[in-house]
Amino acid sequence: MADIAVKSGRVIDEAAARARVLTGFKFRDTAFRWLTLSAAVIVLLLLGGVIATLINGSIPAFKAFGFRFLFTNVWNPATGQYGAPAAVYGTVITSIIAMVIAVPIGLGVAIFLTELCPHALRRPIGTAIELLAGIPSIIYGLWGLFVLAPFLQQHVQPLLIGLFAKVPVFNILFAGPPYGIGLLTAGLILAIMVIPFVSAVSRDVFDTVPPLLKEAGYGNGFTTWEVISNIVIPYTRVGVLGGVMLGLGRALGETMAVTFVIGNADVIPTSLMAPGTTISAAIANEFTEAVDELYTSSLIELGLILFVITFVVLSISRLMLMRLERQAGR
Amino acid sequence: MALYENRKRANAIWLGLCYASVVFGLTFLVLILITLFWNGFSGLSLKVFTQSTPAPDSEGGLLNAIVGSLIITILGVLIGTPLGILAGTYMAEYGRNSKLASVVRFINDILLSAPSIVVGLFVYQVMVTRMGHFSGIAGAVALAVIVIPIVVRTTENMLLLVPGSLREAASALGLPRSTVVQRIAYKAAQAGLITGVLLAIARVSGETAPLLFTALNNQFFSTDLNAPMASLPSIIFQFAMSPYKGWQSLAWTGALLITLTVLGLSILARTLSSQGRTR
Repeated sequence: MADIAVKSGRVIDEAAARARVLTGFKFRDTAFRWLTLSAAVIVLLLLGGVIATLINGSIPAFKAFGFRFLFTNVWNPATGQYGAPAAVYGTVITSIIAMVIAVPIGLGVAIFLTELCPHALRRPIGTAIELLAGIPSIIYGLWGLFVLAPFLQQHVQPLLIGLFAKVPVFNILFAGPPYGIGLLTAGLILAIMVIPFVSAVSRDVFDTVPPLLKEAGYGNGFTTWEVISNIVIPYTRVGVLGGVMLGLGRALGETMAVTFVIGNADVIPTSLMAPGTTISAAIANEFTEAVDELYTSSLIELGLILFVITFVVLSISRLMLMRLERQAGR
Repeated sequence: MALYENRKRANAIWLGLCYASVVFGLTFLVLILITLFWNGFSGLSLKVFTQSTPAPDSEGGLLNAIVGSLIITILGVLIGTPLGILAGTYMAEYGRNSKLASVVRFINDILLSAPSIVVGLFVYQVMVTRMGHFSGIAGAVALAVIVIPIVVRTTENMLLLVPGSLREAASALGLPRSTVVQRIAYKAAQAGLITGVLLAIARVSGETAPLLFTALNNQFFSTDLNAPMASLPSIIFQFAMSPYKGWQSLAWTGALLITLTVLGLSILARTLSSQGRTR
């Protein structure tokens, strides 16, 4: 029977057609697989490309200054002398101010949302905070420049100057005329931007604590705070740290919000209220004005330094969060 | 008994601080929104949508910036989305547990939170210096670089949620793998994929730093992709830093428009993704 079927022309045609369709399937399969694979490789190349172009762009500055760029505190386009310390200092100080304010408050908000908040309010408040994390940074900058800076200048900074005038160390940190704009204002704006991040990540992390553990704590007569400090926080330590580092990475690289309120002075001020600059603010402000190659290249080298710093911070953060995910999956 | 009292007091103090931090955080955030709406709405008029940006101390609107923002954003999303979806597909469908996928996942997460100004520097060197001038297309590419990691992340997560039995059922019918992915997995994850794209649009529509030295800015109406192009964020930056009251007021109006767009897109994305989950 089969022989006859194969011998009749119609069936042979059908078999050939079937084979053609199957080859087509196979071809499309392979093509699609390669397409997706190459897209994934492009993502890798993207990061490689960013690093390569930054290194390539900073070669002239590196040739001119070498490692002095990192340690010589000078930024003078007129004489063609450039150095990173002022910008790096501003970046680090504003981020530290931001984290000192944002971490306790972000954690407080997360604790409120997971442990204290009535169920009906949990979703709206959580959603509101997540939406606020999505507001563009330029909006925060605008608000900082027109609302926060004048307010600090008129009300908060004179108070701080008066309060700490006779206290050693602090009288240097809080010295000088109240400009309104400066490192402190930039740190505060960054803190407001980072709070939603810290609280959103910590909230997700707190939600992974098994209810059984908390119930055991309450069963032993713990107060709510004791459950939080002895069970919830130790259990989620790694994840919370990951979230904090993620916020720090954001604060370090944030550009627009800082550029508006930092004051853009290429100096290392001793007072927290004095104008300064950060890496990203310097790039944003000066890049289009930079005419000669050395100036542009110095700004790109600043960008490279920023990228290296944030890369390290973000890597640590991701590794911590990944460790937590693996833990939760177990 | 003293110990018990102390524990109770500590509990009250710490929980009180938690409430205080919520009040602190929300106060600032509400304050920002109130000033934004207050200052933004007062400048809102028909002129904003029909006239281009003015010279100092004269009347005008934001038409060139709105159009420029739309063009750059849409183009950036059109470039970034297919790449992001394909890369996410590889990670979820083909290389799920492979070394490459985990490396890409890690790198993608780094790109996701990398400073956007660095992306601007990257595109400046790759495109602007080669072409010799700032251009709208360079701005779009810069935004695409920001779109990609967001879309990769959501695509991978959403495809992982699609049950394996669905794919097995389709494969059992004799469908090739690529058709299973395209017709079955994409379809099942549709809401999630759209959410990812919406979130990416929301994110890039307010991006300023990467546009500063790619698309630069333009005071005049222009749809030429090969020339500098205006965008709302860069106009806001320029006008807010200027001493002119009229420009500052336009900056607030532009900020309001961006915020409304971003909030609208985020809410849309949320409702879509929650619908997808309950289904």
